[in-house]
Amino acid sequence: MRNILAASLLALSAGLAGNAFAEPVKIGMITTLSGGGAGLGIDARDGFMLAIKQSGNSEIEVVTEDDAQKPELAVQIADKMVQSDKVDLMTGIIWSNLAMAVVPAVTAQDIIYLSVNAGPSALAGAGCGPNYFNVAYQNDNFHEAMGEAANKDYKKTFIMAPNYPAGKDSLTGFKRYYKGELAGEVYTKLGQTDYAAEIAQIRASGADSVFIFLPGGMGIAFTKQYAQSGVGLPLLGPAFSFSQDVLPAIGDAALGVKNTASWAPDLDNAANKAFVDGFKAEYGRLPSVYAAQAYDTANLILSAAAKASVKDKDAFRAALKEAQFDSVRGKFSFNTNNHPIQDFYVREVVKDGDTLTNKIVGTAFTDHKDAYAAECKM
Amino acid sequence: MLFLMAAGLTLIFGVMGLINLAHGSLFMIGAFACATVAAATGSFWLGLVASLAAAAAAGALVEILVIRRLYERDHLDQVLATFALILIFSEGTRWVFGSFPLYLDIPQLLSGAVHLPGGAQYPVYRLAVIGVGIAVAIGLYLLIGKTRLGMRIRAGESDREMIGALGIDIGTLYTLVFALGAALAGLAGAMVGALQSVQVGMGEPVLILAFVVIVIGGIGSIKGALIGSVLVGLTETLGRFLLPHLFGLFMPPSDAATVGAALASMLIYIVMALILAFRPRGLFAASA
Repeated sequence: MRNILAASLLALSAGLAGNAFAEPVKIGMITTLSGGGAGLGIDARDGFMLAIKQSGNSEIEVVTEDDAQKPELAVQIADKMVQSDKVDLMTGIIWSNLAMAVVPAVTAQDIIYLSVNAGPSALAGAGCGPNYFNVAYQNDNFHEAMGEAANKDYKKTFIMAPNYPAGKDSLTGFKRYYKGELAGEVYTKLGQTDYAAEIAQIRASGADSVFIFLPGGMGIAFTKQYAQSGVGLPLLGPAFSFSQDVLPAIGDAALGVKNTASWAPDLDNAANKAFVDGFKAEYGRLPSVYAAQAYDTANLILSAAAKASVKDKDAFRAALKEAQFDSVRGKFSFNTNNHPIQDFYVREVVKDGDTLTNKIVGTAFTDHKDAYAAECKM
Repeated sequence: MLFLMAAGLTLIFGVMGLINLAHGSLFMIGAFACATVAAATGSFWLGLVASLAAAAAAGALVEILVIRRLYERDHLDQVLATFALILIFSEGTRWVFGSFPLYLDIPQLLSGAVHLPGGAQYPVYRLAVIGVGIAVAIGLYLLIGKTRLGMRIRAGESDREMIGALGIDIGTLYTLVFALGAALAGLAGAMVGALQSVQVGMGEPVLILAFVVIVIGGIGSIKGALIGSVLVGLTETLGRFLLPHLFGLFMPPSDAATVGAALASMLIYIVMALILAFRPRGLFAASA
């Protein structure tokens, strides 16, 4: 279970000594490596480790543990990492319900937490704090982008998400920008795999499109069953429902589906090219949006550690906040609540040779900020 | 499909007096075998055969290596040992196939939807799954009720030592029953895998439902498993659909959706509790 991935890579020669950190950095990574949500966590871990490896820096040590998507387990691991592993920074949590269980507790102990994925609204607004940096997004963002994009073509959308913090944030975000009418709003059980009842509701609702937020195995199950049901309304969603980790399992049923994200494999910048090529070479598969966010998180940490000692919390926080690193998302900066200001794109699932992947077809938002920053008093 | 799972479980539990928590793993093995073979050969049907074979083989192997030593022990030991099997199977599968879900699609023949009388549309594949469920129910009824093997299984259920004394190899019989139960789980896994995602840990949620089904239906009764699975399936689906509407009558829609969804996921357990309160041995308790 316990897996110390000491970044035991050969330190680059003394010629690069200028890059050496003031202080070695120990990072605790809690992520989902087993169970139904493991694909997301493994992609995040692999993206993170790729950035560390590419940097060639030997002064970073990463302690990785599996939370099995269980909040109580994540809390135990966090306590252990703070008390016995004495980590300087923590990162890695995929799921918002786990983040809510862990993040407030560790940041209160003056450990800096950097989120690679989960961005619950509670931590972006009133619950924000100087020790919490979200490198991914605020949960509402991808959905807001889809709401905005849907205005163009659709008038009556049926919306659906699982019943947990990110699911609520999702539908709130969609509704914030969507101007059409809602044909229905449904919360499903987290981890549900049979959608016959929901598909019947969609059929009866008279909708002209369907927006779903169903990450991991839930999205695979829904999309396949939906394709078989013959309903045939256009599917919309945030990138989570149609990310690279699930596309091969959904198969052709996903073709043509529109989804929104802050990143896509074909985003045109040098950092992204190095990331996508490096990921393919290292792991033999295409990266997902989770891998991209984790890769950015690791590079952000590296950029801050080159400037300040991790033991000097104030200086390190300031260095993180500057966000001077080459993001795979092009431009990237932090808002006042330590959440990103970034662009959001509309992507479409296409077939590239034999592989299904996402291609950018439009831009939903430029320099988008989340809706909760004003509530954050920091 | 829930019936297939529950039938296998109740067969093992009723006949052999064994709690098999690893039944969900056999379900998973069926799905993975089907996905692998279907990907290699391009034929879903070969995959289906492979899933039956793989799950039956895994079942027989597990019976001979592990379960055989557990018949004399109490249920706690069985639960512990079979729980360990879940972990071993899950990690083993992850080791071989990785953590990413596999692709398994339904065959061309069964894709699409048909129009039912009354104007509703229904996916062909789900009809086929119902058909298989009914076929297995009839097959099991005939097997247990009308054949010599079934007679022996029933005899083994009521008196293990007596049937051994009558010169029947009880060990082989049990291995056979276990493999049969496992094959049913594998078949269910393969068929569900085409509807959902084939991934590690897919068996556990179904396992819990299957236990609810056999408790409602009466332990060891195939008929109970059939009625129980229909009851659980209907309760869950109708609850998910109707409860939010019901609460919508006197609540704002978003609250109604939340409360309704929460209550719907509890509903089958409430039904189970009610049934146990009035019929503590389940609806169709096997005569023991």
